Amino acid sequence: MAVEAFARGGALPQGARFLQEAVPAAEGCYSQGHNRMTTMRRWITRWAVLAGMLLACTAHALTAQEALAIASGESDARSEALGQALAQGDDKTAAYLQALADDAVKLAAGQVLVVRDGKGQDPVSGQAMAVPLDAEDVMLNNRLRGEIDTALAALKLFSPEVKVRRQAALSLLKEPDARRKPLLDKALASEKDPQVLLLVRQARAAAMLRSAAANDRLLAARELATSAQPEVLLLLNQQLTAETDTAVQGVLRKATQDVQDGLRWGERLGTLFTGASLGSILLLVALGLAITYGLMGVINMAHGELMMIGAYATYVVQILFREHLPQAFDAYLLVAIPVAFLTSALVGAVMERTVLKHLYGRPLETLLATWGISLVLMQGVRSLFGAQNVGVENPAWMSGSLQLLPNLQLPWNRVLIIVFAAAVLVGMALLIGKTRLGLFVRGVTQNRPMASCMGVNTGRIDTYAFALGSGIAGLAGCALSQVGNVGPDLGQSYIVDSFMVVVLGGVGQLAGTVYAALGLGLANKLLEGWTGAVLAKIAVLVFIIVFIQKRPQGIFAMKGRSAEA
Amino acid sequence: MMNRRGNLKALATAVAIVAGGLTVSVQAFAAETIKVGILHSLSGTMAISETVLKDTVLMAIDEINAKGGVLGKKLEPVIVDPASNWPLFAEKTKQLLGQDKVSVIFGCWTSVSRKSVLPVVEELNGLLFYPVQYEGEELSKNVFYTGAAPNQQAIPAVDYLMSKEGGAAKRWVLLGTDYVYPRTTNKILRAYLKSKGVADKDIDEKYTPFGHSDYQTIVADVKKFSAGGKTAVVSTINGDSNVPFYKELGNAGLKAKDVPVVAFSVGEEELRGVDTKPLVGHLAAWNYFMSIKNPANDEFTKKWAAYAKAKNIAGHKDKPLTNDPMEATYIGINMWKQAVEKAKSTETDKVIAAMAGQTFKAPSGITSKMDEKNHHLHKSVFIGEIKADGQFNVVWKTPGPVKAKPWSPFIPGNDVKPDEPAKK
Repeated sequence: MAVEAFARGGALPQGARFLQEAVPAAEGCYSQGHNRMTTMRRWITRWAVLAGMLLACTAHALTAQEALAIASGESDARSEALGQALAQGDDKTAAYLQALADDAVKLAAGQVLVVRDGKGQDPVSGQAMAVPLDAEDVMLNNRLRGEIDTALAALKLFSPEVKVRRQAALSLLKEPDARRKPLLDKALASEKDPQVLLLVRQARAAAMLRSAAANDRLLAARELATSAQPEVLLLLNQQLTAETDTAVQGVLRKATQDVQDGLRWGERLGTLFTGASLGSILLLVALGLAITYGLMGVINMAHGELMMIGAYATYVVQILFREHLPQAFDAYLLVAIPVAFLTSALVGAVMERTVLKHLYGRPLETLLATWGISLVLMQGVRSLFGAQNVGVENPAWMSGSLQLLPNLQLPWNRVLIIVFAAAVLVGMALLIGKTRLGLFVRGVTQNRPMASCMGVNTGRIDTYAFALGSGIAGLAGCALSQVGNVGPDLGQSYIVDSFMVVVLGGVGQLAGTVYAALGLGLANKLLEGWTGAVLAKIAVLVFIIVFIQKRPQGIFAMKGRSAEA
Repeated sequence: MMNRRGNLKALATAVAIVAGGLTVSVQAFAAETIKVGILHSLSGTMAISETVLKDTVLMAIDEINAKGGVLGKKLEPVIVDPASNWPLFAEKTKQLLGQDKVSVIFGCWTSVSRKSVLPVVEELNGLLFYPVQYEGEELSKNVFYTGAAPNQQAIPAVDYLMSKEGGAAKRWVLLGTDYVYPRTTNKILRAYLKSKGVADKDIDEKYTPFGHSDYQTIVADVKKFSAGGKTAVVSTINGDSNVPFYKELGNAGLKAKDVPVVAFSVGEEELRGVDTKPLVGHLAAWNYFMSIKNPANDEFTKKWAAYAKAKNIAGHKDKPLTNDPMEATYIGINMWKQAVEKAKSTETDKVIAAMAGQTFKAPSGITSKMDEKNHHLHKSVFIGEIKADGQFNVVWKTPGPVKAKPWSPFIPGNDVKPDEPAKK
């Protein structure tokens, strides 16, 4: 009661204000299984302690015992200690909880210490201290981690930063607790940002959803019906199974429906995005082949291995960065892109000069020779790097996701690969369509003797074109290393897909390759939603077989004289 | 003419190199050795998990040889690579038992490979030690199963997730690679969950092909499904698909405290190539974790670290990791050695008889015992949460060793099956 009076008076000291916010949060940390008597007793002691502290007008600081009790022991006891520390805590408690949430707390010989960047600190006194060698990490299980996160969220609800407040309100919405209602009421009164205000209102409604009064539940369900958060759907569904009042049941059902309708667009866009993402990967793996097979007519079975080499080049660049330039590690991918291109292009050029040059016009021998080369390349990589997959880490800017709608998160690595695929496509189209080299390539593929008569060095153009196709395969490998596994067999799993795309799109047609890649990606993902991954893959293969039977030339057929060549 | 010859030469070289790579058999130096077959995929989708088991057997062989071998003879490893290709497993077994005349085989990871090997081992009366947790539903006189049966891994894991401490899950996604182990395990789990009152609409079973790398749709579906009630995911995804799966899970922001994922085939080794920071709190159920503290495990991990460094094993030489199947392999070969010494012979039937009741001080901290009858080990069950450094933090364990029930009582008809292999 003293707290309330103080608050109205507006002269609450900093520490005490913290208490007022923290008490309901602490209460939320108790599991509901505790019996009423102990809860009651705890309340009384807490208020007594609070009153005592207010007299002194200073917050009771975090003690070493409290810090230790939160950090070790059985979950139930730790949870209780957490509640107590919060009830009496100050800024140090908050900092300590943050350290726990960040996994930065260690334990050595009964002493708790916060370790950040290798420097130890006593959470109680704030003094720097040496980190003992036998210090062990403090363990949190999911339950405690959840409780600490929610407690921190309750503290952050009054942060000056809108972003932090929004995040905090969202966490409280996910973990509703009726005892946190006063805290939310207070936030409701002080909140200015309309977005956060909406979330706080919903969090308050969520906290009331399990209220004993049917009317409260009714109001809460109505309020939550306007939300478009997937977490709300979970709360409503949970309440619906437990609800006994028929009127409330009806409203809950309606609310569930409304929330689901609100989420539907996010789901649809999500499916489209996954399809586009798969399509962009297919496009990348097929683009190189569109040159070597589509334009030059080389049935290149080693195409997959050229991708694999690109991926390994990325891996090597990553290792070099980690060893020599750890501070610029995140930039490794930017360096890896040209390195992957050049490495694969070089291998492609060597392949062309030494083997394929002698085999033009003999498709069967080309197929066998390139297949042989693919085995050699795989075994070579296996001897060099080992048969196991190697780990390629995503740079920080490729991790995490972009939140567009409450239920639509686009992973950065996939978004960036779509952008990358588009960039490679545009670059290649310009190169083939607008440059002198592109003109020569087209000329040579359309009519070799004529191009030769005009003074084009056809042999050299062949090498350039093949190296270009191989280099693009290397770029694809670099991109694949960011979403999948990098191992010697990487190419094997994509070679079929890449031929499928090129053949389906129409051999020799860039536009066809693009349509085929995106079409296959979308079809695959839409089917996967209905039938599961295994059947979707089969269905797509069957479709392609039927399609090629009916239309062997692919979606786009070559026109003109070169079609007969 | 020149051209063609050049090409033929290139092709021939290619073929030679490939053929050379497929079979690496260690030549015999002394006549008086006991041959030990190692049948693990060293390439393909399962190499991520199996390669290290080959090295574990080699380490144990080195160790046994350094102490004078078995029955006064040195052990001689014969390594073959079945390349994650299931029919090839059977062929390689035929080669090991028929040509190389090995006394015992340590091998297989996936159940589909074990099923492929099984008829060959039974026909030629060989001896196979299988070190990986599996679905049960099998009992062969010629096989010793040193991994967990469903009641030693899957069922306790589900119990934990249903408990308050584990999050009190009400809805379940059973997600696996499409082959016999995940399908059977999920059949058992479905029956078990039903016996606990979970309705069919609250169980979602999903499968992906081997080597699947695009988990976007699946993760989105899990998210959607979890809106219907507190959800837990039981993952029986095998091999390198786990890397893209966990990457996607991390990127999609599916946190362990909201939707915990418990995996049965993901250990320290599988997490090596993954950024584990977003995965903290997801779970795995095993009978051993590297982070378990006891003298036997200290010795085991130190031995492995030294061996990996000495043999320059890729990855392990800088960051040595041990995991459950490695422990099971290690127990298996040591028990086999003890049994051979007890039987004073490497003859299959005598060794099988001597295996019953063998004990070994396991790195997991218990004295592991081979059951007198059912060819399975008694094992403790641990549930661990993934930590930021890729290790596991044990959050739950059984009070003592659990006897394996290869015939799960949750599959109809199993109650009448005898708890020992048929004598032939």
